[in-house]
Amino acid sequence: MMRALLLVIVLFLAAPVYGVAVDEKPLADPAMEAVARALMKEIRCLVCQNQSIEDSNADLAKDLRILVRERIALGDTPENVRSYLVDRYGDWVLLEPPLNRMTLFLWGSPFLFLAIVAGGLMVSRKARPTSEPLTSVEQVQLDKLMKEARQK
Amino acid sequence: MTGFARYIPILVVVGLLLVFLKMMGDGRNPKEIKSVLIDKPAPVFVLPALEEGGAGISNADLQTGKPMLVNFFASWCVPCRAEHENLMKLAYEKGIPIIGIAYKNDAAKAREFLDELGNPYAKTGLDRDGRTGIDWGVTGVPETFLIDGEGIVRYRHWGPIAGDTLEQRLVPKMEGLQ
Repeated sequence: MMRALLLVIVLFLAAPVYGVAVDEKPLADPAMEAVARALMKEIRCLVCQNQSIEDSNADLAKDLRILVRERIALGDTPENVRSYLVDRYGDWVLLEPPLNRMTLFLWGSPFLFLAIVAGGLMVSRKARPTSEPLTSVEQVQLDKLMKEARQK
Repeated sequence: MTGFARYIPILVVVGLLLVFLKMMGDGRNPKEIKSVLIDKPAPVFVLPALEEGGAGISNADLQTGKPMLVNFFASWCVPCRAEHENLMKLAYEKGIPIIGIAYKNDAAKAREFLDELGNPYAKTGLDRDGRTGIDWGVTGVPETFLIDGEGIVRYRHWGPIAGDTLEQRLVPKMEGLQ
């Protein structure tokens, strides 16, 4: 009994995960709705900028959600919808920047920095003086120290 | 670390400071997104007129051979009030034709707004659902586009043309066209 009650409460608490804004109608076809929702997660809200249109309350985000659903319902592919938006707002509208000439440095910079660090390490290794064998005097001193340490 | 290497961290910090200072001094607004329309033809649009019985507007109205402005506004938009004085100045002192597009606005309320503050627009259109705004890449009102005589977008003024941004930013772009 307790368990069943708990289950009901937990399911009730999880409901917002499946929620859409009250004034919006999800598409009738669940497969299409899933495509549209996945796409909305990739589109940046131009007003709040670090949110996707899927979880933004901004008015423009709502308009763009309606637009995405509309185009998916008309049979547009996600690629087409994406380029439709990029044509109007630029690459910035995609939360993940595409790889092109403008973003080459952005995508390449981790590898570039890795190469710089690796190069630096190699140079500094080479520059380090190589160790020479101990002279006989040093060897005697070392033996003496070791012996003392062992006795303690 | 020896020799030059020990100065590298200091150089990196100083370099970054210079970059940040320069970016702060440029007066760049990080919320402003570069318009993709610059040097491209204005998007195709057809809109009903804001005033009752008006003719409506379309791309044909942008190809007059003379530079003009397209201004997205709304009665609910507070910064639009701030730039209104400058729009009146542009229209009546500088003689620049301005096309006003009421963005996601109730027609009656937009007309009321113009009755109250004066009408700087040569022609007006009503973008009730904001689709024309999306086609123009508008992210919020006000936004103003400078169109050359051939219907090509030359400059986008993001946010209100309030105070001295008129003389500092918009006017030099307009003079560049003439």
